Amino acid sequence: MSETSAWVIFIAAIFTNNILLANFLGMCSFIVCSSQIRTALGLGTAVTFVMITTTILNYVIYHFVLVPYGLGHLQFIIFIAVIAAFTQLVEMFVERFSPKLYFALGIFLPLITVNCAILGAGLFMIIRNYNFLQSVGFGLGAGIGWTLAILLLAGLRQKMRYSHIPEPFQGVPIAMVITGVLAMTFMGFAGMVSIQ
Amino acid sequence: MADKQLACAACEPKGLCGGKGLLTLKDGAWAKNPLAIQVLGICSSLAVTNRLENSLVMGAALIFVTVGSNLIVSLLRKCTPHRIRMIAEVAIISTFVIVFDQFLKAFYWDMSKQLGPYVGLIITNCIVMGRAEAFALQNPPILSMVDGFANGLGYAAVLAIIGFFRELLGTGEIFGHPVLSGQWYTPNQIMILAPGAFFALGIVIAIFNSINGPKPEEKK
Repeated sequence: MSETSAWVIFIAAIFTNNILLANFLGMCSFIVCSSQIRTALGLGTAVTFVMITTTILNYVIYHFVLVPYGLGHLQFIIFIAVIAAFTQLVEMFVERFSPKLYFALGIFLPLITVNCAILGAGLFMIIRNYNFLQSVGFGLGAGIGWTLAILLLAGLRQKMRYSHIPEPFQGVPIAMVITGVLAMTFMGFAGMVSIQ
Repeated sequence: MADKQLACAACEPKGLCGGKGLLTLKDGAWAKNPLAIQVLGICSSLAVTNRLENSLVMGAALIFVTVGSNLIVSLLRKCTPHRIRMIAEVAIISTFVIVFDQFLKAFYWDMSKQLGPYVGLIITNCIVMGRAEAFALQNPPILSMVDGFANGLGYAAVLAIIGFFRELLGTGEIFGHPVLSGQWYTPNQIMILAPGAFFALGIVIAIFNSINGPKPEEKK
């Protein structure tokens, strides 16, 4: 595992091990915010940014604070605190220095704290024993992969308004089925590169 | 007789839950099922349902965490400042998740390996947070526990249904024992892979929708 280059992990996190389509993380906001391409893109950008930075922060905290002091079992609570604090910080920062960006991203930032993809990326990084560069590649790839998936679904859902869907399937169920089809197409990438 | 009285104490008008025990139980587990009706907490329900056994353990974990966190949040509801309630809830939930995770690691190492990060991800499961925020903050401790249990049960039940069909159709086994085997059934691999999870959950939600009548679709 430790020999895989960061580049390979980056590609794999986007295509073969897409955090959403293969690991099912970040589903809640994925379903709720995917009816418009614009919204999806805004949320995707915010997620990618927070994911890459918190992955780095969590890596540093885990390996330089928690492990040396034997506090590994506290990783959940520390990680979620880091993510919550960082999101809050970014929100205040963006509000102060770029009000325009704040209005574009504003409502998504608090949502990100409870996006399980962010915490999931941190936990996968620990479980898979990534080194620093690999973690950076993984965080960036996972964020881009998530954005890609939500953009695909948003595009499909915009077209879907014109189709006749059986009544019980309207809304969430059809979105799940479409995601299933997306996941199946992404399985076509399997074997290109693989990480576990 | 004593048992019966104890059981009824929870549902009587002047009992521990002010007469709302049964209603809360029914709402959480069926009428407002967190997974199938409100579509909360779907991440873990997709990821761990490739085997029935995993689904059951995950369901148990969620029941434990919602009951525990609802109880503590409810006990502390009068002395938690409103502004920091979110972070307080997250801290309480994380504590219970850590306890469960350590328990799995100590006694069921294989299961802990299989569930991987998804035990930790219970912290960001919208159901737990949602119940703490929407119910435990306004209600007394015992009733909150009932509510947590009901919602956990509703989640666990749907998880078990999905897990049962995915394992049955994907491998032809239940709990690792071959059930559908022989010449006439070829296991459909897609059911235990990612797409199968999406299809299964979509169909389960659709079935719930058709039983409960049409739900007006939210338009933006």
